[in-house]
Amino acid sequence: MFADYYNYWVAIILMMLGFYIVISDANLIKKIIGLTIFQTSVFILFISMSKVEGGTAPILADGITTYSNPLPHVLILTAIVVGVATTALGLAIIARIHREYGTIDENIIHDQDEEEYGNDEEAAS
Amino acid sequence: MAKKRSLILREVCNLIVPAVLLYAFYVQFHGDYGPGGGFQAGVIFAAAVILYTLVYGREKTQKIFPTSVVRYFVSIGLLLYAGVGVASLFMGGNYLDYNVLAHDPIHGQHLGIFLIELGVGITVAAVMIMIFYMLDEYAD
Amino acid sequence: MDIQTIINISLLTLLALTAVILLRLHNLLAAVLLSGIYSLLSAGLFVSLDAVDVAFTEAAVGAGLTTVLLMGAIAVTGREQSVTRHSKLLPIAVTTITAAALIYGTLDMPKFADPEAPIHTHVAPRYIEKSGEEIGIPNIVTSVLASYRGYDTLGEVTVVFTAAIGVMLLLGGSRKPKNQNAKKKRDTNG
Repeated sequence: MFADYYNYWVAIILMMLGFYIVISDANLIKKIIGLTIFQTSVFILFISMSKVEGGTAPILADGITTYSNPLPHVLILTAIVVGVATTALGLAIIARIHREYGTIDENIIHDQDEEEYGNDEEAAS
Repeated sequence: MAKKRSLILREVCNLIVPAVLLYAFYVQFHGDYGPGGGFQAGVIFAAAVILYTLVYGREKTQKIFPTSVVRYFVSIGLLLYAGVGVASLFMGGNYLDYNVLAHDPIHGQHLGIFLIELGVGITVAAVMIMIFYMLDEYAD
Repeated sequence: MDIQTIINISLLTLLALTAVILLRLHNLLAAVLLSGIYSLLSAGLFVSLDAVDVAFTEAAVGAGLTTVLLMGAIAVTGREQSVTRHSKLLPIAVTTITAAALIYGTLDMPKFADPEAPIHTHVAPRYIEKSGEEIGIPNIVTSVLASYRGYDTLGEVTVVFTAAIGVMLLLGGSRKPKNQNAKKKRDTNG
């Protein structure tokens, strides 16, 4: 059972490590790196599901009868490119945030916002 | 003005960039017969241009790939892709139905796949180069 | 235990190690380089799992382009991360509970590399059998991507296009930092 599910468990552990980096680290660029780790581990989960025992890469060739499933490959190909588009956009936003606030630490940004615009409760009362 | 890089960097860049560009074209057009296709080719092409920009500076690269031209190519690839779909509408099939593009369904499929992979490759390469130019300009 | 399983297990263990080290790093340059190594290791894992197209794209995009873009972002923001501390108890609790729930969920999944898994029985055999005669190119992934699922690829190219537009809008305008104007206004008002 260990060898049957090892791929899935390690993919989940990697997912959780990336998730932990996103929610606990205060630096915005580390959050983007954590998001990249999360996305790649999801890809590992999908590609592990597509492997067929005794199969080979899905490129037609003479003398080969079993191929690995090509459908998750197509899905993950799209997902990788969308992931890099998201990362690029996130990095552009981070560059602008740095230009405006002078820092990319989310706690310091939150404090700067509070002292410049006041607390939410003060503004409401 | 960017300072002149060391001799080793410049010579290695001169050796590598043509090989990488050629490999990008190979991957683009042999995506039917082995791993490859539009996305990979676009990214590898952009990697070659980015390497050149890192070694020689943005001003020199923008003589070959000026920002305005790259901006046009971002849209040209997507227009090519959508245009193939519209062309199959005019030929009597559904949108993005490649069977009607040529005299024979198999040749139609080959032509359709060739054109859309080209569109994908152009857009992806131009987008990656554009994003790098923007980040590089902003960092100054 | 054949060589395939050994390669799988060692690559996955290296991946987990890289992710754990990334957690503890404070130097952003080292973190970016480690994320490049992570992408390259996962590309190797994809080759071992017979996904050659995916490995190609992951190596080019993840290990190549994302590293360059992250370096470009670090050039704007600076290399070291400032250390502000807050309690990590809640993130650890949330992560552990989610991990336990997900691992419990995988016990229901089909075994790794099982040829009888449901994922291999619906539309994928039709693509594998008919792709040669209907489309006539050897690479099944390209034929599915470009012809059978051409609409999805059109949407994907549009997403990449939109990302370029977004970056051009965000980073293309004037470069004067807003902080200076705001400070000047407060000085003249106060």
